[in-house]
Amino acid sequence: MELYIKYNIDMMCKVLLQQQLDKFKIDCKVTEPGYVRFKENIPMETYNKLIDSLKEFGIEIVDNQKSILVQKIKNTIIEMLYADKGMQSLKISTYLSEKLGESYRTLSQAFSEVTFISIENFIILHKIERVKQLLLTENISLTEISFTMNYSSVAYLSQQFKNITGVTPTAFQKIMKQKRYTES
Amino acid sequence: MRPTPIHIMLADDDEDDRLFFKEAFEEVKIKYKISTFNDGEQLMEHLYDASNPLPDIIFLDLNMPRKSGIECLKEIRNNERLQKISVAIYSTSSSEQDIEDTFVSGANVYIKKPNDFNMLKKILSDVVHINWQYITDGLNKDSFILSL
Repeated sequence: MELYIKYNIDMMCKVLLQQQLDKFKIDCKVTEPGYVRFKENIPMETYNKLIDSLKEFGIEIVDNQKSILVQKIKNTIIEMLYADKGMQSLKISTYLSEKLGESYRTLSQAFSEVTFISIENFIILHKIERVKQLLLTENISLTEISFTMNYSSVAYLSQQFKNITGVTPTAFQKIMKQKRYTES
Repeated sequence: MRPTPIHIMLADDDEDDRLFFKEAFEEVKIKYKISTFNDGEQLMEHLYDASNPLPDIIFLDLNMPRKSGIECLKEIRNNERLQKISVAIYSTSSSEQDIEDTFVSGANVYIKKPNDFNMLKKILSDVVHINWQYITDGLNKDSFILSL
């Protein structure tokens, strides 16, 4: 049997995070993706236990200023990529610097320093990840994907996919299908 | 974020190639440490020993005596402890079929060995930096496919 599942990563993370925090009886609220507001300070012991329990789910607490800024940039970009079409057509550099209140130059410098890739490449990488997900989980055509993901044409999407992964979207689908078949 | 350095493993029976690879990694901006093995058998023995720390990524030559790259890859993917490690296969073949078969067997990266040293440097740093994104951002490793 095979099941194709659709999920909302944002929602999952928020719920999971809140559950973990509740487990420690910490009075706080997950306000936006990747951001938690505490009502009061918590004891160091609880804090360390919290870190351990979150680690299990691949969640980490970001604790230096530059890393916090980079994480904010990442969250904003990912939020944009998974949002509806209207939001995706915004100019990302302007949107980022307005939302985070720093010049794009400052943002992109901090970003490359911490992540070893540029903001532009990060966006492309994540866009292609989203395209991969769509190619594998939903029965939609490449044309529809290119429309949903705000690409100017299918040809451009195919080309960018090939540039990033080294294979065409069709070859990717074929490989993943065979892989699933041999694994099951 | 995750503490560096990242740990790279490399298995190749050709001593010159091992040297080339090690030197080529100097372009990589992330702090790394590298362990090399003379063939697949030696690599697998090391990996099966649970007291040895696991690497973040393994580079495998396709053609090696005793145990080939593909054999190692299949063993890695069938072992619960090892299956999450990124695997990059490199070979002199650029046939579409070879590339697809390698991915179907579970490789994440396929490298067509370049003749030019600068090209090798560029390729390796790309692989390591992209793999780093998969580590730090928890991207889906199952669909991580990169052919260079």
